[in-house]
Order: sequence, then structure tokens, then C-alpha cells
Amino acid sequence: MKRVLLLISSIAIAQVPYERIRDAAKEPGNWLTYSGNYQGHRHSPLAEITPANVSGLKVKWAYQFPGGRNQTTPIVVDGVMYITSPNRAAALDAKTGRELWTWERPVPKDYQSIGFGRVNRGPAILDDKLFVATLDCYLVALDLKTGQQRWETKVEDYKPGYSMTLAPLAIKGKVLVGVSGGEAGIRGFIDAYDAASGQRSWRFFTIPAPGEPGNETWAGDSWKTGAGSTWVTGSYDPELNLVYWGVGNPGPDWNGDSRKGDNLYTCSFVALDGDTGKLKWHFQFTPHDTHDWDSAHVPMLVDAPVNGKVRKLIVNPNRNGFYYALDRVTGEFIAGRAYARQTWAKGLDDKGRPIVIPGTDPTEEGNLTWPALNGATIWYSPSYSPKTNLVYVATREVGATYFKRAAEFKPGTFFAGGGERQIPASEQWGAIRALEPATGKMAWEYKLLSAPWAGVLSTAGGLVFSGSNEGNIFALDGKTGKPLWNFHSGGAVASNPISFSIDGRQHVALPADKVLYVFGL
Amino acid sequence: MKKLLVFLALPVLAQQLDTGKRIFESQCALCHGPDGSGGRGPNLRKAKLKNAPDEDVLKKVIVDGIPPEMPGAWQLHPAEVTATAAYVRSLGKLVVEEIAGVPAAGENVFANAGCVACHIVNGKGIANGPELSAIGSRRNAKHLRESITAPNSFLPDGFQILEVTDAAGRISKGVKANEDLFTIQLTLSDGRHASFQKASLKGLRRITGQSTMPAFNSLAAIDLDNLVAYLVSLKGAE
Ligand code: HEC
Ligand code: HEC
Repeated sequence: MKRVLLLISSIAIAQVPYERIRDAAKEPGNWLTYSGNYQGHRHSPLAEITPANVSGLKVKWAYQFPGGRNQTTPIVVDGVMYITSPNRAAALDAKTGRELWTWERPVPKDYQSIGFGRVNRGPAILDDKLFVATLDCYLVALDLKTGQQRWETKVEDYKPGYSMTLAPLAIKGKVLVGVSGGEAGIRGFIDAYDAASGQRSWRFFTIPAPGEPGNETWAGDSWKTGAGSTWVTGSYDPELNLVYWGVGNPGPDWNGDSRKGDNLYTCSFVALDGDTGKLKWHFQFTPHDTHDWDSAHVPMLVDAPVNGKVRKLIVNPNRNGFYYALDRVTGEFIAGRAYARQTWAKGLDDKGRPIVIPGTDPTEEGNLTWPALNGATIWYSPSYSPKTNLVYVATREVGATYFKRAAEFKPGTFFAGGGERQIPASEQWGAIRALEPATGKMAWEYKLLSAPWAGVLSTAGGLVFSGSNEGNIFALDGKTGKPLWNFHSGGAVASNPISFSIDGRQHVALPADKVLYVFGL
Repeated sequence: MKKLLVFLALPVLAQQLDTGKRIFESQCALCHGPDGSGGRGPNLRKAKLKNAPDEDVLKKVIVDGIPPEMPGAWQLHPAEVTATAAYVRSLGKLVVEEIAGVPAAGENVFANAGCVACHIVNGKGIANGPELSAIGSRRNAKHLRESITAPNSFLPDGFQILEVTDAAGRISKGVKANEDLFTIQLTLSDGRHASFQKASLKGLRRITGQSTMPAFNSLAAIDLDNLVAYLVSLKGAE
């Protein structure tokens, strides 16, 4: 009897080993990582819900979050759904929505979010633990069964403006996180922690120090407050063992006078070795950005034919209004084009560098430019469907008058150097757009009344799910963009949908304002 | 002595507004716009702020913020907080104008010209147009004069006229009460509401630049002056 007990207590059961996440396509009923797979596709291989039957979709259960508008992407494993809100996590019975456990960590009284909302975008799972990134910049590992804390590691000090809102990315043996704080003059980084102990394995600074390549793209000491936050979850190629991550804007945002140069690696994608964090390549979308066009996006890894040859691509509809397809082995630019209204560049040259129209920087009097600072798209996820071979992106059509002001650096305060005034709400709009992955050419669009704040999910059933500011949760035909189903949620949708199955039946989940809705046939 | 004080106080105030402006532009403009007209945060160019009715509360809002969307600027020195608050208030002050009319006389014009058939003031009247109880703290005299003589020149939010044709070919015209991607809600002229599925409509016409308010351009000049003076005097319940 004693021996049996000993056996039970001495073996840590690795419920979700790395291989399960790597092979996520083999278990379509679960949602094992932020984007559904390491490739950043936010695509569900489930095909029970189709254009023919989606009109019968009904609410199965709902969950009310404490606090403000929720932005979580749940993890679903073996009948349990794990969700987060700021400094809080919970495990729910995926059949009923009943809580199995909850965990909370107080937010320090003097904590402040400088330049973003108090949100959390989801947990990560690996082996026997759930990982949560907190506003006060700790990475916390919880016991999957009970929610009890296993370890916590201080990632950075929150007082000068470091914070975390993203879902961590768990790869083999490691948990990766990035930081917010791009409006506070931080020096951004991507960190990897040992999943078992919480010890830091490596750190990659997004702003190179003197002596490191890239530092020459910063005038004087400006690199010290260069920002380059990393606030959206990256992607991973297990074969190449490369981690891909988007980097945010340079600081101060709208006044580039003190930071002459390209300001690497802000507004870029970086490819890092998963074991060491060493930089393999980088691609900068917006050199010397002065419009707050963070490249805080989920990179999508897609294999698609280019001139008759299938290539390993990394693709991105960027906040700056252009769509990019790059080679993900080398970072080489392959194709790009505007996918939304933009008035700041004539186009891209053959290396993918924007041909900037002179006089489009913010000024004292103000300069009207498209897109507005929240971009042609923003943090929420795009989707790639291997079934339709299309990329789907919620696109924002908003312009703004950008202003430049003096920027004075004081740790823990705004270091922004200006602002914007958007065009009237009645002239703003948006669309769900379907783009060809290798070129960015538009296949169709579905118009929205206002610029969206919700991401998209595609499914093997041939549907695209998303939500609107007006509270609609809807499904479109993935081939044509035709609306096929909708539900009025009663709150603005500002999150990403997922799909999973309960007892073999497909479900779709999406938070709208403070409520998580779960739909099924 | 008194004179001296006035002389001293003016530059101090100007300096304070200057400090407030600098802080506002570096720490608040990101969300409220460089001129306070709003963006991610609300427009602050208003005489009355819902969450900051008085000076103490305004200072508290600046220091503590309003969770979860607005961060507090707790690191500011109390003098800087006072300066920022003064600057925020200065944004909401409408430029003082010379107004020719007499408010009390204007109140009579308001009643006799039929304005009460469409506007509620301090709880009285009929709600076919926007409530005007605090219109004087939101709009200046020039705007108010134009609203009366040329209502089509500016339509405040929530007064778009729509004409819908349903599947049976019936036409309804009304003011848009709300709209989402799939449905539309109208307020009809009899005060009732109608709801439509956009997909089931034969026609949907958005009538822009046209107000349901008639243009009052045959009022006597003195009546118009008095009416404007009356509207300017409507500052809302204290
Ligand atoms: C990150 C964005 C953000 C920043 C920065 C910010 N605010 Fe706000 N502010 C908001 C939002 C959002 C609200 C509305 C909050 C609500 O009603 O829940 C708000 C509300 C307010 C209000 C109340 C308005 C009303 O109608 O009652 C005042 C006053 C205000 N802010 C002043 C300031 C000042 C002064 C600063 C700079 C020291 C500042 N804000 C910085 C986002 C911001
Ligand atoms: C038949 C209904 C009707 C009558 C009568 C009417 N109004 Fe209006 N009024 C409206 C509507 C509807 C609007 C909103 C659309 C617009 O601005 O034209 C409006 C707008 C206004 C506004 C602008 C409000 C703002 O927020 O800027 C003012 C001021 C105003 N009316 C004053 C008057 C006065 C004074 C009279 C009488 C001389 C009057 N109205 C008579 C319907 C009416």
C-alpha cells in the first residue's frame, strides 16, 4: 500500500509533454498553445461545423470574468479549459463552464500600465504546469491539477514600466515571454525560462548595446530608452528550432529627432535559436518608425509555392498597412504590398524596405496619415487556413493627424513625444480580408461598421469566425466571405476565437466584453 | 495691494497653464489627443466631466487614474497635478462671447416658436431632438445660432435619418437608434421603435445632411438674439 502511494506521489505526470503541442494537428479537439499550433495559424482542423449547418450554432454555456473587458485565448486540454484575466487564472470544466480551481495574485498598489490596458491574453501549458505572465512582470508556474503555485520568477521590475500582458509560449523544456512598456522608454527583450525550475535560460535584448551589431542604428545614447517591447506571443518552427517574435515601436514614439537611424530591432521580426536565444536573422518592417507601428504580431509560418517552388515562408499583415512574405530560413524578402489604406510610403523596394514619402512624419501642427496609430491591424491574431490556402486578417481603416511634441525621459512615466487625433468615428471602418499567402493579394473582404478589435479563427469546416465592436459574433464562408451566422453578445468583442471539442462535438469559444461564450451545434 | 496681487497672479496662472500643457502633451495626449479632443480616452474639451465634477475629484482622477483603461500619473508632484488639472479645465472653457440678447425673453421665444415640440429642457418638452438642458456648456453662441437657422449644417451623433424598405415593400422612415452588422433599430415619428434584419430588407437609404428640424430663418433678429442668449444660459443642473 505504502509503495503504491509513494509511486503516485513521486512521479510528476507530464500530462502535456512538448510532443503533444508540436503534433497539435493530431488532436484537433484540443487547443494546446496560444495560436492553436506553433506555426501561428489560429486554424482548427475540426470540420463538424460547416457552411451548411453553422446556422444552427447555439450558446452552450457562458463564463463571466471578474474585472474589465477580457482578451484571453483559452487553452483546452482533455476536457478542461484554462483561462486568464489580469493576474488571475482559472480551470473550467469544458462541458459546463463550472470552475475547477482559481488562482489570483494581487496587483501591487503602485503598479501602473503605461500606454496600454490592464489585460491578459492567455496562459501556456507544458508537462504538468500552466504558465501565466503577470502585470507586475512575474512569470508564474501553476500546478495543472489544483492551480497551486509551483514557482514564480521576476522577469523585470514593473516600476520603470515593464509589464506583461501576453500568453507565454512553451517550447521543449522552456517557457518564453516578452514585455510591454514601449511608451515608457524601456529596453525590450525576449526571455526563455526553464519550465521545471523557473531559472532563466537566455535573454535576447531587442535593442543592441554598444559593441553589438545594430547599435549603430541609434544616435548617441538613444538606444538606452529605445523601447522595442515584445508584447505579443511569438511562433516556433520545431524543425528549424527557430523562435519568431515581433518587436514593438521605438521610444519616444512620435518624436524621432533624438534617435536618428533605423532603430534596430524595433518594428521587426526576429528569428532566434530556441536553445540559445541567438539572433539568426531579422527583418525590419518600419525603419525609424514615428507612428507607433509596433510589429507586435503573431508571425504565421506557411509553406507555399513561390514561382513554382514550395518555400518555407513567414507571413505578416503589418500594423504599417503592408503585407509581407519572407523566407523563414533566411529572412529574405519575397513579396509585399499594401492590404489597407496607407499614405506614408510609395511602396516597398526589392528588399522590402518602404519607400517613404517625404513629409509624412508627425509635426507640431499635425500631419494626417493612414493608418492611425493602432494600425491597419494590431495585436489580435490573423489566421491561415491550409484548407482554403488563404490568410485572414481583421483590418482597420482609420487615419489620424499625428502630432510631435518634446519628449523628456523620466523612468516610469510616458515617453511618447506626441499623439494623434483620429478622423471622425463616422469615417472609420474595417473589414475581414482574405489574402493570398505568397503575395498578399486580396481574395475577398467582408465590411465592418467600425475598425475591429477582435482576431479571426479559420476552421477545416470552411468557416471564419470573428467579432465586432457592436457586439456581433459571426461566421463567414472562408471561400467567399459571405456571412452565414451571427449572435449578438451584448458587449464589444476584443479577443481571439478558438475551437475545440467536448465529447467529440466541435465548439467555438470567444470572449465578448466580460463574458466568455461557448457555442456548439 | 489688491492691484499688485492681480498683476502677480496672472503670470503665475499663465505659467501654471504652461506646465499643465507640457505634462498633458507628454502624458495624456497619447489617449486624449494633443488638444484634449479625445482618442482612446474621452474628449476633455467639455465644461462638465462625468468622472471629474470638481477640482478634488479631477486631481484624484489624474493621480489614481480610472481602472482599467486610464493609468494614474501618481509620479507627478502635487504642484504638477494642480497645473495639469488647471490645464484640463482650461480646455473645457468656451471662449467668452459678446451676446446681444436677453435670456428671459429668449425663454418665451423658445416656448412660442415651437421648440418645445421637439426638445426637452429641464424635464419639460417632447424628445424629438437632443436634450438642450446643458447645451450652453457644450456649444458656443455661433454654433447655436447656426443650429437654429441652418440645422442641416451640423448633425450631432444619433440623429441620422434612415429610410428602410422591408421585404413586403413597406417603407419606414425614422431616426437611427442603433445599428450592428446584421440589424438596425429605428425611432419612428410616433415615438415607437422598429427593428429590422438588414439581410431581409429590399432597400436601406441613409439620408445624410438632412435634419428633421425645420430651419427657423424667419425669426425677427431680436427674437433670434434672445433665443441664442437663452440657449447659452442653459448650463445644466448644478
Ligand atoms: C492610456 C490612456 C490614457 C491616458 C494616458 C490618460 N487617460 Fe484619462 N482617460 C482614459 C480613459 C479610457 C478614460 C475613460 C475612463 C472611464 O470612463 O472608464 C479617461 C478618463 C479621464 C477623465 C475623466 C473624463 C470624464 O469625462 O469624466 C479625465 C479628467 C482624464 N481622463 C484626464 C487625464 C489626464 C489629465 C491624463 C494625463 C495625466 C490622462 N487622462 C491620461 C485614458 C487615458
Ligand atoms: C421638428 C422637431 C424640431 C423642432 C421644432 C426644433 N428642433 Fe432643434 N433639433 C431637432 C433635431 C432632430 C435636432 C438634431 C439634428 C440637428 O442638429 O439638426 C435638433 C438640434 C438642435 C440644436 C443643436 C443641438 C446640438 O447638440 O448641437 C439646437 C441648438 C436646437 N435644435 C434648437 C432648437 C430651437 C431653438 C428650436 C425652436 C426655434 C428648435 N430647435 C426646434 C428637432 C427640432
